[in-house]
Amino acid sequence: MPKIKMPKGSPTIDMTPMVDLAFLLVTFFMLTASFRTAEPVTVETPSSISDKIIPTNVLMVTLDKDGRVFFNLSDPEARKEMLSSMLEKYKVNLNEEQVEEFSFMSTFGCTMQELPAYMSTEAAKRASFPTKGIPTDSTHNELLDWISFAASAAGNTGRTAFEEAKLKGVDPKMEDFKPKFILRVDSKTLYKDAAIVIDVFRELNLNNLNFVTSAEAIPVN
Amino acid sequence: MAQIAESGGGDHGKKGKKRAKKGSTHVDMTPMVDLAFLLLTFFVLTSTFSKPKVMPLNYPAKIEDLPNVKPPKVNNAATFVLADDKVYYYRGEFYTKANPGPDGPTQYEEANFGSGENSIRKLLASWNEYVIRNKAILEQKLDKKQIADSTFERKLDELTVDKEAVKVLIKTDDKALCKSFIDLVDELKIANVGVIAPTDLSPGEKELLKEKN
Repeated sequence: MPKIKMPKGSPTIDMTPMVDLAFLLVTFFMLTASFRTAEPVTVETPSSISDKIIPTNVLMVTLDKDGRVFFNLSDPEARKEMLSSMLEKYKVNLNEEQVEEFSFMSTFGCTMQELPAYMSTEAAKRASFPTKGIPTDSTHNELLDWISFAASAAGNTGRTAFEEAKLKGVDPKMEDFKPKFILRVDSKTLYKDAAIVIDVFRELNLNNLNFVTSAEAIPVN
Repeated sequence: MAQIAESGGGDHGKKGKKRAKKGSTHVDMTPMVDLAFLLLTFFVLTSTFSKPKVMPLNYPAKIEDLPNVKPPKVNNAATFVLADDKVYYYRGEFYTKANPGPDGPTQYEEANFGSGENSIRKLLASWNEYVIRNKAILEQKLDKKQIADSTFERKLDELTVDKEAVKVLIKTDDKALCKSFIDLVDELKIANVGVIAPTDLSPGEKELLKEKN
């Protein structure tokens, strides 16, 4: 009986197309990925059918599920201006380095008294910084000051950006450069806590608020 | 193993002619491929495609409470009351037991967030039928290019604040969660409600809510 001959030789497969594809995908994901900045608080937002994306020049107040208040301003220039006004008002000192770091930080939440200690904490450890968030009591309302200084600072930088865009020859709309006010609440936050923050905004006559939500499909009929 | 070329660098010279030695072009690509896939996996798993969205909501401006000034009468109003896990509603004005209206004192009806009986979606669809019907007509016109985009937007804005359109007040109890508030506003947007006013519970409404629980 003749033996069945197994074909000899290396079982080579040309992997070039696969490798090409792999690198193509790597390049795609690398270029499209936008990394989330480290946030000191995790918030699970509710969902809505809204399809408006978050604008660029924003002032964001975050409420976690225990009702702690955090604050963020997107523009680094405006952040510096806001911080110097706040430091002056509350007579708190930060060194140059800390001011510089503050302007590139994202969301923060602490009282003005805690701010120097908060800034000297490592970025990764700020999430566990023991704080009750920014105070919003009617007698000691630091949030009101943060928002009012931030609104005027962001208004200034928005106007400068508008003028620059105008010089470039495009036809910009002032509306696009105005700071927007965003409220990010956790699903489990009590509305009562959010209402306190909303009242602070309303006190400053900022009635046009936006809630951060995750996208949801529009129901058919 | 990944290989670029099979043909090795043997010397084919027969007549002893000196040829440049062809070196092997084998490159072991395995580590590179490993790395490529590692990176690929990393980026696939860490990238988030859906950016968060925002839902705009206008709050009424804060005005000093003037005594003896009653809030303006709103026709076709509906009020939603958000309690800890339930949603109640009533139509029109609020009448207490001491001051009953034409149909007696106001009673809360219960609604839910589903899509079946007594769901907010169904209720709003019937209350706001006028707006939804007219919006469909406008959309048809837009499809047939009878009106421009800007005209459509303007007409739609006018329509949602029309006399016939339903206006909604949202009142929240202390125990209400943000989730139910945003879900409710979302339902209102689905039903094309143009006037949404989040306000505080009046003492009479609080009383009635206590009785319910």
